[in-house]
Amino acid sequence: MSMFSIFNVSGSAVSAQSQRLNTVASNLANVDAVAGPDGKAYKARQVVFQTTPMGPEHTAGVRVTGIKESEVPGRRVHDPSHPAADEQGYVTHSNVNAVEEMVNMISASRSYQNNIEVMNTAKSLLLKTLQMGQ
Amino acid sequence: MLDKMTQQLNFHGNALVLRAERQRVIASNIANADTPGYVGRDMNFAAALKEASGTDSGARLAASDSTGAQNGSSAQQHLPISAHLPSSSLPGKLGYTVQTQPALDNNTVDLDRERANFVDNSVRYEATLRFINGNAKTMLSAIQGQ
Repeated sequence: MSMFSIFNVSGSAVSAQSQRLNTVASNLANVDAVAGPDGKAYKARQVVFQTTPMGPEHTAGVRVTGIKESEVPGRRVHDPSHPAADEQGYVTHSNVNAVEEMVNMISASRSYQNNIEVMNTAKSLLLKTLQMGQ
Repeated sequence: MLDKMTQQLNFHGNALVLRAERQRVIASNIANADTPGYVGRDMNFAAALKEASGTDSGARLAASDSTGAQNGSSAQQHLPISAHLPSSSLPGKLGYTVQTQPALDNNTVDLDRERANFVDNSVRYEATLRFINGNAKTMLSAIQGQ
């Protein structure tokens, strides 16, 4: 019965959104991190979504195909007294944009809730179908 | 004669199957609301149901009997059999949703409209279930002679 594949589809979406939330959490945790002695600061990470067919024809789930790091250069602040300052006195912070991450978080949580609701509705409809004629 | 008894149930049965298919298509749209490049799909429910019930009541088995039965039965005193609903009739019928707002990532899914469609479809699915239940109970009470 075709309604059962809804659980696969929405389950894949829920899992993908939760990975997206994971990257948002990592990024926000490292907003103020500075570069170590090797000069490489934390780079903001984003998930890459892709549609995957699952189940009968025209059923499309979603999966995460990879995590991309943003190549925007990190923020450089002139602070010679900082223990991690390089020879010119600059400290390189991470390139995380906190506002963008909050927007990502709101969008991911909204999608997550929507897909949970889809699963709940499909479950209650299937249960009612089982009771047909009784 | 049996045809007439089950005709209404057949109609609602086809409607139920098509509602479940539409539920699946809308769930796929909601799951891919954030995927770049995804185009939303939908089905024309009225046309699909008309074709399903039209196929069911209109088509008849081709009579290869030489006794000249015209209404698709193997002999004149036999009941006519109608064709079944083809299970793979859906793929050619799926259309595309209309894009309401352009998006940078070429995703055409309008999440609010998909949610509204999902709720609408669920209510109609339940209504169809109740129609089937009502019809079955009516026939049962007629058979039992109450």
